[in-house]
Amino acid sequence: MTTKLIEVNSVSKRFGNVVALKDVSAAAGAGEVTCILGDNGAGKSTLIKILCGLYQADSGEYRVDGELMDFSSPRDALEMGIATVYQDLAMVPLMSVWRNFFLGSEMQKGAPPAKRIDVAKSKDTVVDELGKMGIIIRDPEQPVGTLSGGERQSVAIARAVYLGARVLILDEPTAALGVKQAGVVLRYVVEAKKRGLGVILITHNPHHAYPVGDHFVILRRGEVYGDYRKEDIPLEQLVQMMAGGADLETLQHELEKAAESTGDQELAEVASEYGEEATELAEETAEAKERDGDA
Amino acid sequence: MTVDAPAATDDRLVQAGLAKKVLTRPEFGSIIGAVAVFIFFSLATENFFSVDAMSAVLNPASTLGIMSVAVALLMIGGEFDLSSGALIGGLGMTMALLTANAGLPVWLAMILSLALAVGVGMFNGFMVIKTKLPSFIVTLGTFFIVQGAGLGFARLISGQTTIYLSDEFANVDFAKWLFASTPFAGIRIPVYFWIAITALATYLLLRTRYGNWIFSVGGNAESARAVGVPVNRVKIALFVNVSVSAWLVAMFNTFRFESAQIGTGVGSEFEFIIAAVIGGCLLTGGYGSAIGASIGALIFEMVRQGLAFARWEADWFKLFLGVMLLLAALLNAWVRSRAQRAMS
Repeated sequence: MTTKLIEVNSVSKRFGNVVALKDVSAAAGAGEVTCILGDNGAGKSTLIKILCGLYQADSGEYRVDGELMDFSSPRDALEMGIATVYQDLAMVPLMSVWRNFFLGSEMQKGAPPAKRIDVAKSKDTVVDELGKMGIIIRDPEQPVGTLSGGERQSVAIARAVYLGARVLILDEPTAALGVKQAGVVLRYVVEAKKRGLGVILITHNPHHAYPVGDHFVILRRGEVYGDYRKEDIPLEQLVQMMAGGADLETLQHELEKAAESTGDQELAEVASEYGEEATELAEETAEAKERDGDA
Repeated sequence: MTVDAPAATDDRLVQAGLAKKVLTRPEFGSIIGAVAVFIFFSLATENFFSVDAMSAVLNPASTLGIMSVAVALLMIGGEFDLSSGALIGGLGMTMALLTANAGLPVWLAMILSLALAVGVGMFNGFMVIKTKLPSFIVTLGTFFIVQGAGLGFARLISGQTTIYLSDEFANVDFAKWLFASTPFAGIRIPVYFWIAITALATYLLLRTRYGNWIFSVGGNAESARAVGVPVNRVKIALFVNVSVSAWLVAMFNTFRFESAQIGTGVGSEFEFIIAAVIGGCLLTGGYGSAIGASIGALIFEMVRQGLAFARWEADWFKLFLGVMLLLAALLNAWVRSRAQRAMS
């Protein structure tokens, strides 16, 4: 078995009485996209905070290149080449594209005290690097705030790649975007993958995850609910799993109760439909798990 | 022909880019304002367009400008300092008490008052960062502390609120030359400091990494932190810079008038902020210019002196000021909304 670029093995995390994560494992190799899927409260953001070094897991292992890691801050993770691109923290809107791109890692020339930013080289590099990722910027001086949400995400991804990231962690990069813009961002995810980066894509949208992902880990209530390679799971099943069998059952009970108390026939019909779907889904999941066991 | 077509398109793009670049500079509005005010008073009065008038404008504009530049950097970094005005009088009084009453040599009193300035700046900075309270409130507190302590100690130690220092300053030729000489054409030395400081601050903002950091801590402190910008250090340095500028202005005043008065500078903290805003600073931080703040200070004094040259009541000054401030704030808000238009 090849060593993965980044992997967590059965990590758990509690906050007081609340179990945020329990025995969760996930991994991404070089040139692989691993999608972490889950609804709100599934534990996605806890997992991402462990991966980027903001939280430490209570138990379980975190390995980079097969080596055991013990990060105490995002800086440590960054030094290992693990870059996290957050949905809304990515950029300073009033600053220009090139200033944002190099913020914190400015290109300088000259000796102190005349040490200064190499503006021409910075701008050229930005246009170049963005070009390599297929992002065309008209003017590197334009404020980032004038870019669309998708473009901003793309610039943030390009920056992480340029600054030497080997692993990209993307937190809901498509959540606030329209269909077309989400497509643009996903293209850069594929681009990063082609350049040999390991990508961990956190999302609640299976339609965005499926086309780019190699591997899907579905989280529910802090636990791994499903773990599939792309060839083992069709999109429909992924969507259904995301919709969630247990949730459907709960919904069914709620609707039945409502139907009983109001005597609404239509509502009762909908409830039974949900029930059937939930049963189907449970069967499929069981089958898939058996297949995994065989393999 | 097929070769010419794309070249022509390129040229047009570059030209449009240049016009846009000038229009979207933060100091653009203040330059227009300065030219308009200058033309207005040159036409409305007989001798506004003269060397005398120029020195009458530049001399008071210099100390206002030095403070406004420091305040502009702080505002770009996303913070306010309301204690900066009172500090000018407080530091001057510190100088006076240390020399006239404690009998210390002038150079030592200068160093000690500078240390006090650094201390006040660091206090402001640490308080804002540790308590996460708005700097508006924290420095309002410092404003009263500085004013109260200055008044209290002045009365306690010397029994007066104005101290004359002609005897103490009798033999300090170098300091007098450095802070209070008039090298050329009635233009006093603070004007040269002002020009140098404006140039230095502009270079710092636009061409060094510290400038990048200043814009980023005011524009979005959290994302600046996330990419490794030392946010707290930058903010504290900006507060210290304002206090040290107040010290410099206090030196100009003390050596020029050979006296110190406790009330000096109180109330002018708003003038610094207004000049910075006229010069393109956003009240919310992350945007502004050092040159703009200096032009803001220039507009300020042109109006003040222009009214005097035209022999109009000084009462009109505040009206003018209010209109300028509103126009500048509106222009800034418009620029900002354009820059953030596509936020989704």
